[in-house]
Amino acid sequence: MNVRLYIWQRATAAIMAPLVLVHIAIIFYAARGGLSATDILARTRGSIAWAAFYGLFVLAVSIHASIGVRNVLSEWSPLSERRTDACAVFIGIVLAGLGLRAVAAVVVP
Amino acid sequence: MNVELAVSLWRGGANGRYETYRVPQRQSQTVLDVVTFVQRHIDPTLSYRFACRVGVCGSCAMTVNGKPRWTCRTHVAKVAASGKLEIGPLENLPVIKDLTTDMRPFFEKWQQANGVFAPTKTRQDDIAQIRPDTPARMAADAAIECINCGVCYAACDTVRWNSGYLGPAALTRAWTLVNDARDGGNTARLQAIAGSGGCHACHSHQSCQELCPQALNPTAAIAGLKRRTATAYLKGEITA
Repeated sequence: MNVRLYIWQRATAAIMAPLVLVHIAIIFYAARGGLSATDILARTRGSIAWAAFYGLFVLAVSIHASIGVRNVLSEWSPLSERRTDACAVFIGIVLAGLGLRAVAAVVVP
Repeated sequence: MNVELAVSLWRGGANGRYETYRVPQRQSQTVLDVVTFVQRHIDPTLSYRFACRVGVCGSCAMTVNGKPRWTCRTHVAKVAASGKLEIGPLENLPVIKDLTTDMRPFFEKWQQANGVFAPTKTRQDDIAQIRPDTPARMAADAAIECINCGVCYAACDTVRWNSGYLGPAALTRAWTLVNDARDGGNTARLQAIAGSGGCHACHSHQSCQELCPQALNPTAAIAGLKRRTATAYLKGEITA
């Protein structure tokens, strides 16, 4: 890992730390409060705040995880540096695509 | 106390094997004493490396019962309570023969980390006035006690997984110079350690600081380098 990737990974970790806490609190609230899917969607659809919250979360996770996977591959797999980079970018794009699709499903009216 | 120790010593090169010898156990016996006994009384072809025998030169480090240690200051009673010793060459370095390793990769990485003092004055200038109680000088003084034994390098998991990683000793040397007010080579040095094999490869497992015979803390030095390189990168002084 070079200094640029280090800064991206630490910065995305700093972003994720409070988001994870809020996310866990939301899960508890929704599960223990007995909210149905319809109740949840009624709160999230059309909400710019929820779109921004989970959109940022997904992007931070995608960048953070892909850098972490790159480190694992570079130390533990026989892949060349170029292929390791390609795998990391692919994983980042897949995570971002799946995550943003899920966010769109709950916030787009 | 056991009368005899069962001592397994690595014999041969990288594809060698352990051979067991019987060595009399003595009071205040060091691991280096044991190896020396085998060479002088049992098998004179045994190869190993030592010089000062008093913990100054850093020549005699070996793997003792699975951990890298300076053998001249490691008492048998401390590491072989069961009466068994397994002594091998340092890990993460090429084996030359028996207990001797090729230290060149270790020292070449000191060069790659720009571990050489870059003077800012000439012999015609006055001697620099350095206050010993400044935080930077105290950090430099802490790390400057390294004896280049290679124990931290052999203990490092990251070196094992990433042969390009500079390792704890070279980075601790860089940290010493980064904190030396008289040195003028910091931009080039931070650039040298900001790449893929540099300080950011460290996982902070802390085996280096746990096993350093000088009780230094390379993990803390590397953490300091991570902060300094990140700051330099954000200021545009170095590139990725």
